[in-house]
Amino acid sequence: MTMGSALKTETVPIANSSDVVVVRQRVRAWALELKLSLVDQTKIVTAASELGRNTLEHGGGGHMEMSLVENGVKRGIRLRFIDHGPGIPDLDLALKDGFTSGGGLGLGLGGSKRLMHEFEIDSKPGSGTTITVIRWK
Amino acid sequence: MERIPILRMGSYLLVTIQVDMHDKLALTLQDDLTERISSVNAKGVLIDISSLEIVDSFIGRTLANIASMARVLDAETVVVGMQPAVAITLVELGMSLPGIRTALNVETGMEYLRETVGGREESDDDDGLSTED
Repeated sequence: MTMGSALKTETVPIANSSDVVVVRQRVRAWALELKLSLVDQTKIVTAASELGRNTLEHGGGGHMEMSLVENGVKRGIRLRFIDHGPGIPDLDLALKDGFTSGGGLGLGLGGSKRLMHEFEIDSKPGSGTTITVIRWK
Repeated sequence: MERIPILRMGSYLLVTIQVDMHDKLALTLQDDLTERISSVNAKGVLIDISSLEIVDSFIGRTLANIASMARVLDAETVVVGMQPAVAITLVELGMSLPGIRTALNVETGMEYLRETVGGREESDDDDGLSTED
C-alpha cells in the first residue's frame, strides 16, 4: 500500500463507546480542514466509526492514530486503528459481508473497506490487530 | 442517565435524534421506545434523523430493531429526514435498511402514519400532547 508521508498526527484513545463518538468528531474535524466534500466526509467518518467500534468490541480497546498524509500531489487522511486483542484468525473470512464474530451485522470491515481508498490489515493471533485505511482527497 | 426524549402526540410517538449517539444511548432509545409503545398503546412511531451526520451499521441496525419490535407490538415506524450524503454512504457500506419505512420529512412521514394507522385506529381517549423523560 502507498502509505504516503505523514505531515501531522493525532492520537485518540478508544476505551469505551463514548470514545468512538470522539473518534468520529476528530475525523470530521480533519476532513473539514482538508476540505473534503460532504459525501467524502460522511464516508470517512462512517468508516472510522465502524473501525473504532471494531477496535473496542473485538480488540478490547486500543487507539486510533490519525495522520495527514501526502503522496506526490495527493493529500489524504490516514487512520490507523491499533489494538492488542486476540487478533483475527481468518482475514478473508473477517472481510466477508455478513460474517460476524460479535453480535453485529458483519459489515464493519468489508463496509469500511468500500468506503476508503486504501485498506490494510495486519493481524497476528494473540498479538493484536492494526487496521490502516486512507481516504485521498 | 443520558436519554433521547420521546414525545407523545395522540397515538403516535415522535423522536428527534439531535445528538451524536454512542452505542449505549442508541440501545437505551431502543428500550425506551419499545417500553413506551406498549405502555401508551402507540400505533405509530416517527423517528427524525435529519440531524444525524452519519448512520453506521450499529445505528442502522438499531433503527431496524426498533421497527421490528414496534411491528410486533402492532405499531408502524417511519424514519424521516435522512441526509443524502448519509444515504449514499449507508448503501455503500452495504446497508439498505430493508424493512424500514422512510420518508423525506416529518410532514410526509406523519401523512404515511395517518394513512397506514388511521384506518385501524381505535377511539382515542387521549389526544393530548405529553412528554416524558
